[in-house]
Amino acid sequence: MRNILILGAGTSGTMMANHLNNSLSQKEWKITIVDQEETHYYQPGFLFLPFDLYKSKQVKKSIKKFIPKGVDLVNEKIDRIDKENDKVLLQNGAEINYDILIIATGTDIAPQETEGMLGDHWHKSVFDFYTFKGAKNLRNKLREWKGGKLVVHITEMPIKCPVAPLEFSFLADSFFINKGIRDKVEISFVTPMSGAFTKPTATKELTYLLEKKNINIIPDFNIERVDGENKKIIDYGGKEVDYDLLVTIPTNMGDELIERSGFGDELNYVPTNKATLQTTVKENIFAIGDATNVPASKAGSVAHFEAEILTENILRYIDGKALKDKFDGHANCFIETGHGKALLIDFNYTQEPVTGTFPFPAIGPLSLLKETHMNHMGKLAFKWIYWNMLITGKHIPFVSATMSEEGKNINKKKELV
Amino acid sequence: MEKTYAEVSVSVNEEGYLTDLSQWTKEVGNEIAKEEGIEMTDKHWEVINYLQEQYRNEVPLNIRKVGKSGVVSIKEFYALFPNGPLKISSRISGIPKPISCI
Ligand SMILES: Cc1cc2nc3c(=O)[nH]c(=O)nc-3n(C[C@H](O)[C@H](O)[C@H](O)COP(=O)(O)OP(=O)(O)OC[C@H]3O[C@@H](n4cnc5c(N)ncnc54)[C@H](O)[C@@H]3O)c2cc1C
Repeated sequence: MRNILILGAGTSGTMMANHLNNSLSQKEWKITIVDQEETHYYQPGFLFLPFDLYKSKQVKKSIKKFIPKGVDLVNEKIDRIDKENDKVLLQNGAEINYDILIIATGTDIAPQETEGMLGDHWHKSVFDFYTFKGAKNLRNKLREWKGGKLVVHITEMPIKCPVAPLEFSFLADSFFINKGIRDKVEISFVTPMSGAFTKPTATKELTYLLEKKNINIIPDFNIERVDGENKKIIDYGGKEVDYDLLVTIPTNMGDELIERSGFGDELNYVPTNKATLQTTVKENIFAIGDATNVPASKAGSVAHFEAEILTENILRYIDGKALKDKFDGHANCFIETGHGKALLIDFNYTQEPVTGTFPFPAIGPLSLLKETHMNHMGKLAFKWIYWNMLITGKHIPFVSATMSEEGKNINKKKELV
Repeated sequence: MEKTYAEVSVSVNEEGYLTDLSQWTKEVGNEIAKEEGIEMTDKHWEVINYLQEQYRNEVPLNIRKVGKSGVVSIKEFYALFPNGPLKISSRISGIPKPISCI
C-alpha cells in the first residue's frame, strides 16, 4: 500500500481528492487529505456578502461533504513538511508518511505585513473582504454607513482573484445608487499597479468602466503604512490618500508552514514548474492552486484547469513516464460590473484577455471583455457549478483545461512584435 | 526603435526600455538616468547591478524582493529613484519594465 497525501482541502485539494479517488486503485493507494478547517468556504461569494447579495450560509458548507468516502480526511493544523524523510508533521504531534505529496494550502491575507493596518481600527474603519469574517463585518458596516470617502485599495501584487477589488468598486457604486446615497459617497480605487489591471487590453476596457461609474483611479501607490488615527494611507513616496472607510486587500501570502518547511519564496509560495506542476523542491512533491509561485492568476478556475493536468501528471509519475508540459496558465474569470451585468475574460500565460465570444465562436453565449447581462448570469451560475461540479472534479462541458483561441479576436500581427 | 545614448546605438521599445541588455553600458545607463532626472551615485549603481543580476537569473522582480535583497530597504529605494522606483531603475538598468504580474 502506498500513500498520497494532500495538504489543504479547499478548492484545489478537494478537486484532487476526487480526481485521484476516481483514477487510482484503492487496493494500491491510500489517499489522505488534511485541513485545519471544518468548513469549505465559497470564496467568490465573499464579494457579494458585503452587499447583502448573498447570505452567509450560501458561502459555506462542510468540508466533509465533498471528500469522497475512500479518502481519509484529517482535521488538524499542519506544522511542517519533512521532505528529507517524506513525511508531514501535524500540530498535534502526529506524523503522516507519504510517497507522493500534493501541496494545496492556498494563500491568505497578511495584514500584519503593513504598519498600522491591524489594531484598533481593523474591522471598524479598515476592512478586508477576502476572509469570511472580513466580508461579514464589512456587510454589517455597510448596512449602517451613511457615506463619505470609500477607498478600495490593493496593498501589493500578486493577490488572488486580481479582478475582485475592481468588482468590489463596481458593486459598491451599484449598491450606493440603489440605496439612494451615491451622491454622498466618493469612491477611489488605489493600486500599486500602473493601471486598473495587469493586461493592456483589459485595462483599457476597465478604465473606461471606472470612469463611467465615477470612480477615481490612483495608480502607482505602494503603501508604506495606514494612519488609522487620522484615517489616511501613506505610500513610500509620501503620497497620502484620505478615507472614511478603507476596504483593503492586504498582502497575500502562502501559509507559514511553507516557510517552516524551509522552502518557498519571499511570499511563502512554493517553487513549482509552471507547465508540469511538479515542485522544484523534490520530485515526489507537487503543488496546485494559490499555493504555487506559477505566474498565472490565483483563481478557482485556474485551479480547476490545473487539477485536470496535475492528475494526468501524477498518474504518469506513478507509471514512471515523463511528465507533460501542458499547463498554459489558462484562466477564465467573470468580472461583475454592477447593475446585473458582468464581463468575462479568458486568457493564459501568453495570450492577454481580448474581445470575442465564449465558448463558441460567434454564438457565445458569453461575450468576452464586454458588459452583458448574460455574463452576469454566468457569474451567478458559477456558484452552482462550483459546489456541484467544480470541486467534485467533474469536467465542465465545452471548456478545456488549456485555452482555446476559437472565438477570440486575436490581433496576430501584434503578437509577432 | 533605435536610440543613441553616449554614442552607443541601442534598441528601445515605445516606453524607452532597452530591448536587449547586451547593448547596455554604464554610460548608456548614465544617460538614461539623466533623462529621468537622477544623478547616479555608488548606491544607485549597486541597485542597478542587483537588478541586472536578478534579470539574468530570470528572477521576476517586485518592490518587496528589492526591499528584502539586503541592497536597499524599500524606503531607501524610493529615496534613490523617487516616483516609481522599480520602473525607473529597470529602465536605467536596461532590463524590461517589470510587469506587476497577473
Ligand atoms: C473575494 C474573492 C473572490 C474570488 N472570486 C473568484 C472568482 O470569481 N472566480 C474564481 O475562479 N476564483 C475566485 N476567487 C479565488 C478562489 O477562491 C481561489 O483561487 C481558490 O479557492 C484557490 O483554491 P486553493 O485550494 O488553492 O486554496 P483554498 O481554497 O484557499 O484552500 C486552502 C486550504 O488549505 C488550508 N490550510 C492552509 N494552511 C493550512 C495549515 N497550516 N494546516 C491545515 N490546513 C491549512 C486552508 O484551511 C484551506 O482550506 C476569489 C477569491 C476571493 C477571496
